[in-house]
Amino acid sequence: MTDIARGRTLVPRLRSLSRFTFVDVVLWALRIGVLVVVVGGSVGTLIKGRYGAVQWFEFLTFGVTMGSVYALVALGYTMVYGVLRLINFAHGDIMMTGAFSGYFVATAFAGSGFLDRDPVLAMLAIMAVAVTTSTTIALLTERLAYRPFRHVRGLAPLICAIGVSFFLEQTFRGAFGAGVRAYPDPKWQKGTISVFGSSVPILQIVVVAAALISMAILYVIVQRTKMGTAMRAVSEDADAAALMGIDVDRVVVFTFALGGAMAGIAGVCYGFIFKQVYFYMGFTPGIKAFGAAVLGGIGSVPGAMLGGLFLGIVESVGPALFLDGIGIPAPYQLRDLIAFTLLIMVLIFRPYGILGERMAKKRT
Amino acid sequence: MSAATVDLADRASSGKHSPFRRALRIGLILGVVAVYGATVGILPLMDARWVIVHVVSLGDAALIAIGLSGGTVVAARTRSSEFWPLVPPSLVAGGVAGGLLALLALAMQAFPLRQIFIPLSPSLLKSLTFGLGAPLGGAVLIVVGALLAVLGAALSRAPEGLRKPVTVGLAFVIVFGVFQELIQIMMQSGGAIDALRQSIYTWEGLTLEGALMIFVLASGATFVWTAWLRGPARERLIHLSPAQRRYAKAVRVVLFILVLVLLPVVAGSYIGQVMMLVGLYILMGIGLNLEVGLAGLLDLGFVAFFAVGAYTTAILTADSPHALASYTAIPSLSFWAAMPIAVVASIVVGVLFGIPVLGVRGDYLAVATMGLGEIVRVVVQSDMAAPLLGGAQGILQIPKPRIGGYELADPVQLFYLTLAASAIAAYFAWRLENSRLGRAWMAVRDDEDVAQALGINLVKVKLLAYGLGAAFAGLAGSIFAVMLTSVYPSSFQLLVSINVLALIVVGGMGSLPGVMVGAMALVGLPELLREFGEFRFLLYGAALIMMMRVRPEGLWPSATRRRELRDEAGESVLDEPEDAAALARRRVSDLQKTEL
Repeated sequence: MTDIARGRTLVPRLRSLSRFTFVDVVLWALRIGVLVVVVGGSVGTLIKGRYGAVQWFEFLTFGVTMGSVYALVALGYTMVYGVLRLINFAHGDIMMTGAFSGYFVATAFAGSGFLDRDPVLAMLAIMAVAVTTSTTIALLTERLAYRPFRHVRGLAPLICAIGVSFFLEQTFRGAFGAGVRAYPDPKWQKGTISVFGSSVPILQIVVVAAALISMAILYVIVQRTKMGTAMRAVSEDADAAALMGIDVDRVVVFTFALGGAMAGIAGVCYGFIFKQVYFYMGFTPGIKAFGAAVLGGIGSVPGAMLGGLFLGIVESVGPALFLDGIGIPAPYQLRDLIAFTLLIMVLIFRPYGILGERMAKKRT
Repeated sequence: MSAATVDLADRASSGKHSPFRRALRIGLILGVVAVYGATVGILPLMDARWVIVHVVSLGDAALIAIGLSGGTVVAARTRSSEFWPLVPPSLVAGGVAGGLLALLALAMQAFPLRQIFIPLSPSLLKSLTFGLGAPLGGAVLIVVGALLAVLGAALSRAPEGLRKPVTVGLAFVIVFGVFQELIQIMMQSGGAIDALRQSIYTWEGLTLEGALMIFVLASGATFVWTAWLRGPARERLIHLSPAQRRYAKAVRVVLFILVLVLLPVVAGSYIGQVMMLVGLYILMGIGLNLEVGLAGLLDLGFVAFFAVGAYTTAILTADSPHALASYTAIPSLSFWAAMPIAVVASIVVGVLFGIPVLGVRGDYLAVATMGLGEIVRVVVQSDMAAPLLGGAQGILQIPKPRIGGYELADPVQLFYLTLAASAIAAYFAWRLENSRLGRAWMAVRDDEDVAQALGINLVKVKLLAYGLGAAFAGLAGSIFAVMLTSVYPSSFQLLVSINVLALIVVGGMGSLPGVMVGAMALVGLPELLREFGEFRFLLYGAALIMMMRVRPEGLWPSATRRRELRDEAGESVLDEPEDAAALARRRVSDLQKTEL
């Protein structure tokens, strides 16, 4: 049996001690297999020495950049899960809506030259529009699709969330076309700054800075404001919070709004990093960010940030470090494979995440 | 709260408002639906298809239906059975709905919206405003909307003898108009039928005279049926003996199968192809139904089993460098030999898939299986597996199945293969559902812990669900490979899993006939309306949300489900946790009874 069952009930634990079933064999094979690939690949790559320090540094900075985007998205998953115990499957697509609206503003600014003339103000305006759009859509989905399932258990809410995800994607596909649209590429974003003797693209610094600032604001909101306290109370125990006079409905709405805002910023960052938007773009980062949220311990805000960063770095360094070493051709095609493997390993072996245990202890 | 109670609560709260506020709300909702349809591009597409040539397009019909439903919804939400009090609120509802469309038209004329919203083309503006320009056309829209709503209200308060024939007649006209291509192909057999076809159709579609004729015939027949024939027929049905009833049921089933077998022959190879696709999805639906519907394991990586079936068939039979025969001693197999191997391979993969996620539950299970499915696709697509599986180019030149010296090349012939496979699969699934294993699955679905406490071996039961579900998907994949004579990784996207999930949700989870209804509605219908193909996924998304909100048990719920729902006196079982627990307890006691 797996760890979660072992942790919860005594019977499977005793059984797994007394006999080693074929299920355990498969699970151990999975663990050892992944470990062998990671260790063997790393050793192989380092012996081969194909990549120099500059390249590793580039992988790392790109990993941190992507990781901060994942962290922003993961925050939305983790907060909604904390309050509603619902995987907001459509959260990746809410990020996509932010990226799309940001795209329209950004192209308009690029056309008028505003984006080059006044980068800070322009970026702020783009993000503001993206945040407004994604927050609005997050609130709409909450009101129309999720609120009726507030007290429903079972598969119905999840299936509805999958439906919302599809509905959003296809709506955007219908309204804005199925083609890939290119984000503007202003000159200043191509420049680099030297950090510790290596050059880092300005864009990556902008993305990381935007993510850090918004996460700091979010952290203050969650920890210091009345609404944030209410949020934490509801995610601790919704019924007790309601008895204490907290308006759970308002807290849920607020949570969705916060998550939507973070997703909007993430969408613009994602758009500028990959220079393209299309209706399906939210799906893969959404799933990965969910993995990051689980990795960090779902329901935990710092956990989501850490999990996102970790995922971004592993995904960026991983192909070169683990896969190149065991002689896999074109390891970059398998970036998603690393992220998904990490996701599955976390779900199977550590569903309470890295920080989850501390939280679980705090609650008992 | 269940969806039903939410709806009741909605109704109760709207009952507090004045009829005008309610009408305003109805009008706003309908108007948003219409504006949404225009912005997303469904309306322009519908405008391109005629119901009656050069008179009414499908888009017009949809807008008319929205206007009419303004009145019918108002009527349904009002208790009094009189017509006149309905007129003012209906006017409001229809007018508001038309007004929103008019606003859209005004905005389209004032701003270059097309630069952002691709479907908002000048031709849409023209058709929305009757070619009159936005201000005047918008005013006309509001008036027409209001009048249509009143008509709708009048229709829903009309006596049944009038209402039924009119609605049935309209429905017939729409079906005959929208599906004119198919119906014309079917009627081209010659002789009197062909003459009849020429009297109602031109090559473009339904003529106005033809539409009138169909309307008169259909509504006349309905009128005769409701007025004189229905009563006696019911009377006779009630007095049938059980044996006679069973006989009647058997006759119905035989007739249904006969229609299924003969339809592609009569209707041509296009219908055959559509039915074949529906058959494939029914096969997959039956498989996923075992996992989700019976065992409650929400598997979003289902497409992986489908891919395993297809790829196994491909590497065993294909005439390509990726086939096993070209670089090992294994001889190239025929489809009939490869199919069982493909099914076994899928079962093995299904079990291997299931083992790591045995302890993962609920939401996490859905994401974990989705991740597994994506991993399979990423690996197949990568250069790493390209020497074995052909990478993104896939494996080509898979031979069609042969019986003796005869090749099953036509889609119609392959449809019979699919039909046979689905029939066998349905039989297996039906027997499984009523077996000890099936009951164990349902117990696991309702409460894993209780099921385990009762001595159900969770590991065995869950792995059987994954394995058997995968078997059906593998069979479908095998047929899919020979249908396309090639396999590509891009055919095995997550979309397929969602598609299968949507069809069993729409049909009714855990219900075999539900799978068929769902496949016909979600796969067959979009395939028949070809140009709406790109909107099918929008339909799936909307269908998932709507079904979960309005009818969580599905269009054709299984008998057990229906019984449970009746037990709960209208409450859905999925909902109240206490009810679910009580139900689990009762289910457990039932189980004990049956197993003793």
